[in-house]
This record gives sequence, C-alpha cells and structure tokens, in this order.
Amino acid sequence: MMAQAKPRTAAFDPPRKDFPILERRVHGRPLVYLDSAASAQKPLAVLEAMEAFATGEYANVHRGVHFLSGAATQAYEAARERVAAFLNARSAEEIVFTKGGTEAINLVSYSYLSQRIAAGDEIVLTVMEHHSNIVPWHFLRERQGAVLKWVDVAADGSLDAEAVDASIGPRTKLVAVTHMSNVLGTITPLKAIVAAAHAKGVPVLADGCQGAVHEVVDVQDLDVDFYAVTGHKLYGPTGIGALYAKRAHLMAMRPFNGGGEMIQEVTRDLVTYADPPARFEAGTPPIIEAVGLTAALDYLSSFDREAVKAHEADLLAYAREALREFNWLHVIGDAPGKGAILSFECEGMHAHDVATILDLEGVAVRAGHHCAQPLMERFGVASTTRASFALYNTREDVDTLIRGLAKARKILG
Amino acid sequence: MTIDDSLRELYQEVILDHSRHPRHFGPLEHATHNGEGYNPLCGDRVKVHLAVDGEGRIADIKFEGRGCAISQASASLMTDMLAGRTLAEAEKLMDGFLHLVKGEDAGSLSEDDHERLNVMAGVSAFPMRVKCATLAWHTMKSALEGGTAAKTE
Repeated sequence: MMAQAKPRTAAFDPPRKDFPILERRVHGRPLVYLDSAASAQKPLAVLEAMEAFATGEYANVHRGVHFLSGAATQAYEAARERVAAFLNARSAEEIVFTKGGTEAINLVSYSYLSQRIAAGDEIVLTVMEHHSNIVPWHFLRERQGAVLKWVDVAADGSLDAEAVDASIGPRTKLVAVTHMSNVLGTITPLKAIVAAAHAKGVPVLADGCQGAVHEVVDVQDLDVDFYAVTGHKLYGPTGIGALYAKRAHLMAMRPFNGGGEMIQEVTRDLVTYADPPARFEAGTPPIIEAVGLTAALDYLSSFDREAVKAHEADLLAYAREALREFNWLHVIGDAPGKGAILSFECEGMHAHDVATILDLEGVAVRAGHHCAQPLMERFGVASTTRASFALYNTREDVDTLIRGLAKARKILG
Repeated sequence: MTIDDSLRELYQEVILDHSRHPRHFGPLEHATHNGEGYNPLCGDRVKVHLAVDGEGRIADIKFEGRGCAISQASASLMTDMLAGRTLAEAEKLMDGFLHLVKGEDAGSLSEDDHERLNVMAGVSAFPMRVKCATLAWHTMKSALEGGTAAKTE
C-alpha cells in the first residue's frame, strides 16, 4: 500500500509545531488537513500578532489624533507596505485592502471595467477560473452586454499562452486569468499572457489567490495590471485580501463603495474623492486582520520559498506515485510544473461519499465542484475530490490519505 | 457507537444496493407532476416525475439524476415507498422522513414505514450529509405543491 519512497527532494522540515490545530483529533483520529487550497491553517505567529495588537494597540485608523489611533494607523499602513513588498509592487499606494480575493476582483469589475465596456466588447477568460473570476464578468454581460470569450485548457489542464493570445480581438477590454488553478493546480504562463495582451493594448487581471501562496510573485516582472490575493489562503486571517493595481489604473478608477475614509471633501452639493488607495477603502477596514496578514507574510517569507515549493512538489509526486496502484482513480490535471493540488475522480464512487469516509479517518479534503463549474463541465464530471498540500503537510499525511481511499473503495466500490 | 459502526450504518448494504440498482429510475410519460432539485453544494441534480390518478393516488413514480450514494439511495427508496399511496399519505410519510434523517422524532410514521425508512437514519450522525438524503424528498414535496425547482441549500 505504501508508495515506493523516493528520496526526499528537499531538506524541508514541515513546521507542524507552529500550527496548534494540527495536534487535534477528528473523529478520534489525528487530523490530516489536506484542504489548504480552500483555506490554510494559521500559525501561532499570526494568532499572537493579532492578539497582541488587539490587546495592546487597537483603535480605529486614520481618524483620531490620540495615541492608539496613531499606533493602529501605523500598523495598518505597515501591512500595506508588507503586501507591496511581498508582491514587489512599486509602492504601497498600489495596494488596496479588500475583504478578500473575491472583493478585489469585483472592485476591478465595478470600478475599472464597467466604465470602459460597451455592448459587444469582450472579456477573455479561461474555463478553469474560480467563480470569483467569472461571476463579476457575468455581471457586465448581464448589465452591459459584454461578451465572455472562453479559452479552453488542454487535456492535461495546461493553458497555452498562444490560445489566450488568439482569443484577444479588437474588442477585447480585459483578459482575466488565474495564476494557479484551484482545481487542477495548473500554473499559467502569466508573463507570456500579459506580454501578448499588452501587445494588443489589453490589460490583464490575474487571480492570485492560489498563485501567491505557492509562487514567488513579482508583479513588476509579470507586468500584470491587476493581481488579486486573499489573506486566509496565505496562512493569514479571513476577512482581508488585497488588490494590486498599477497606479495609473487606480488613479483612473471611480470608487466602488462610498462612505468614510474615501473622500476628500463632502458638502451638501458635491463630493470629491481621496486619492487611491484610500478612495477604495470606504468604512472601517479590517485592521486587526491587516496585522495578522503582516505576520502571515513575515511567516511565509521566513522560509526559503523555493524549498517550500519543492516540499509541496515532493508530496504531490509521492501521492501520484502511490495512486498509480488505484486503476479506478483518475487524476484530473497533470500540467507540467503544476502546484500541489490533486483533484481526482473515483469510478463508481461519488466525491461526497469518498470525502465522508476520508473524514472519518481524520482526513479533511474538499469534495464538490470547487466553485469552478465551467471546468467541471469541460472535464465532464459533476464533482471531484481534491487534496491540496501546504508547507505543514508530510508524507505520512499522504499515506493516511491513500489508506483512506483504499477503505472507501472497499466500502463503496 | 464507534466511528466504524456509524460508517457501516451509513453505507449499509440496503443503501448501497439502492444506489447501485436504483428502483423506478428513468423518465415518465404522462406525468402529472414534475420536479427538479439541485444541490449547489455538490452540483448534484435530481428530477422526479409522478402520475397522480383521478382518486388522488400516486399511480406511477420515477426519478432521474446522478449523485452520491446517499442521495441516489434516498431517491430510490422514496419512489419505492410512495408508489401507490394517496397524496395525504405521501405527505405524512415525507414529513416523517425529513424528521427521521435529522435525528428528530418521526412519530407520524407507522411502525412499518418507520422500519423501512430507518435504513436512512444513520445519516443523522453526519450533519454535512443530511442535505444529500433530503434532496429528492424536498424535490418531491415541491413537485406536489406545484413548484418545479427545489434546492437543498
């Protein structure tokens, strides 16, 4: 049953002690958490930073002259600097805090593209987008007559930059593409896509919710126009994400939400808006979460990111090797260089039944359509089971997964 | 009860048999009521068709769709149980079932019905799966109430 062990490719010791939740048991079994692509667990460093801030420095930001408001404002703006450094933005002014990746993409839809799109204009996107990078564009189709142009992926789940290029026409106003598929693990050739789109004068939005976790992102090198990230997949808290956008785009965008903090001046007759990024951050922002996000990015950056990537790739390869024994199990997504996400279908077994049996073994996986129904349709499946690997997972976790799958087959097959 | 006991109860042989060999599966010509149910959580769909005769009795009943073992078995069992019943009896049975799978008192069920439906009672130990078991039943209720679409989320 155990996979033929190849030598470990990376000298990376999974920092399990940093994640207290990994010590708990589920249904009497040790937790094996393989659902980090849905949301990653939080290291103590994040939880402690948030607690220390909330108990020692908390107040609202940008509006008080008192000591704590100053301290909180400083911490909040330091988080913006931290995100900018993490993505290698030119400046922190190119980072807008949002409540997550979804809101970041919706912000581009409302504040940027809806002002620039007319009936018959096109948005190019791929069939492997998450619903959060589909539905905001459907809104523009419904409301303004935009046309969605879908780019297919190859049978192995890889995306050809030339296929994207071929879909960009004279009426294309935006290319919206994931950096890493949440179902297939495919890493897209983002830099080549951006170059092709820019050659035709078309901006590119990348959904980096998975990509930023597993790839070292350099938005300047990619030259991407918009890059959306979410905190909770980056080992940070829920309730905070960010949009990177080139300064010129942000300056030309109208606000999305109206309220406090985003104005320059309000009178009875008119309102003028603050400069970005404040223009897009109406209301009290997620302040404690911003502090948590700083800690999360510090935490992730404290590792050799390439070693983390090699470790996750090792887990993926180890799992693939072990699954070869199961001729009733079909992996979906095998693009070269893909990230550590493993989606599969089991003959005669529904993903939810498989996930229930794995759950009782303490193994947490995702089962369903993964908010990517066009992709499910592309591969002719209603749902898949997905195991996703993070820096805290081990080969022993994979062994437990394999044992659980064998048990599921025994019960249901 | 141990975890393995719960698992054995959830996936007991009767359920696996219903899911592998669903009864009353397929379309129904001359249906008087149709319903379509959808579980947005997993993307599973089920269609139910029934023919109610002049005396208010379910003369024929069918279901179509695909889904997990629990949802397929539950739909198959439902069609088995409802065939030949009056609408009033069907309603009582459906209400009883919906209580049973949530682990609530299903007192409105006759002893015999309770015994036959009890194979699904193991679902109550798996709150995340109750919706799988109830999808076809909610769909049937909405078909009888004249609606067409039900969903379990």
